[in-house]
Amino acid sequence: MGEENKKVVLKVFRTNYNKNESSHYDEFEVPVNRWTTVLDALLHVKSYSDTSVGIRYSCRMASCGSCGMKINGRPSLACYTKISELNKDVIVCEPLSNFPRIRDLVTDFSQFFDHHKKIEPFIHNDLVPLDIKDKDDLVEFEQSPKEVDDYLQFSYCIKCGLCYSACPTVATDPSFPGPQALSQTYRYIADNRDNDKSTRFNILDERHGIWRCHFAGSCSAVCPKGVDPALGIQLLKGHMMGFSKNDKKVANLRAKNKE
Amino acid sequence: MNNVPDNKDFTMTTSGREGIRGWLNPTRYGWERVSYWLQRLTGLGLLIYFIGHVYETSSLTNGINAWNSMLQLTQTLGGHLFLLFVIGASTFHTVNGIRLIFTESGKGLGKPGRPDYPYHAASLNYKQKSGIWVAILLACIAMLYGGMVLFGQGG
Repeated sequence: MGEENKKVVLKVFRTNYNKNESSHYDEFEVPVNRWTTVLDALLHVKSYSDTSVGIRYSCRMASCGSCGMKINGRPSLACYTKISELNKDVIVCEPLSNFPRIRDLVTDFSQFFDHHKKIEPFIHNDLVPLDIKDKDDLVEFEQSPKEVDDYLQFSYCIKCGLCYSACPTVATDPSFPGPQALSQTYRYIADNRDNDKSTRFNILDERHGIWRCHFAGSCSAVCPKGVDPALGIQLLKGHMMGFSKNDKKVANLRAKNKE
Repeated sequence: MNNVPDNKDFTMTTSGREGIRGWLNPTRYGWERVSYWLQRLTGLGLLIYFIGHVYETSSLTNGINAWNSMLQLTQTLGGHLFLLFVIGASTFHTVNGIRLIFTESGKGLGKPGRPDYPYHAASLNYKQKSGIWVAILLACIAMLYGGMVLFGQGG
């Protein structure tokens, strides 16, 4: 019962760049339970203390990736971070670093999504015509569970931007695609339905491209979905340098032999 | 009511980029971030040493006296401490660099698989992490030995 009376101080970064407001922190006292998340606490503030606090959220279950913010200096999802696990009486909420700020905890994801679109995040395959008029033109692809495992974890990315915020290279180079876009490139390269590696390699093999990643591992440390972007990026580098065993090439050769 | 401006209207936003500040406070994200920070720091230090070293050896062209007076600089306490830093930095940078050659080629990081809660990143495994600890340990041993030689008898 005593647990229900516990209170923490929520220190929220406030500003509105469209109104030229200078930035400051507002403090709110919030009652918390063992299961209270940072998002619950922020919504409590909005309901009972200050309705003007700007936050972005949607699913409340770590599926949409909307409520990313810096919690006590570390990029996290507000809906996925329990206050009891932070073991602090003061919780500092700030907007994600490396994203243009709009208002309070809300940031602009345009550049982040531009990087994602640039790597052409869809399957390239010559066997499939882009506009299918006859359903007989549809092609079915066979994939073994092993082949699915090669890329599945990277397809769990929810584009929450936490990895982009934690990356030290993104912090200094806006042209660097960032961990999200790079790991998604590996997701398509590792997929045996995709047969156009060279296009993506050409996109990434440039001055501000993949070679700017120096394996600081921060992206994987903050990823809330177990995507492990650092693994995808290093495996992608291995493929580009020809060090990694090319499973896809082996699978294609096997398929050809079957024919 | 629709007051939401389109992206082009976000003229009052700030970039929010951490800049070089983002490299600091390496303890936030674990050992790999510490290694990233140390690799940069030692790399920059060694670059400064290299420039100084070229300048030092070029003094030979001005005769033996100029060379001897330049050599005297390394015999001071500051000179010894600087050389100690160079020993530690070059050892760490080399050993951690070898670790990075492997990891950045996708070796020793594990394989992709189906992630299960509570998600543990395969790439942040102890196998590659131990490379950082070994680099730090060897740098400390090299500095200890270097310190014994520099500050010991006849140093």
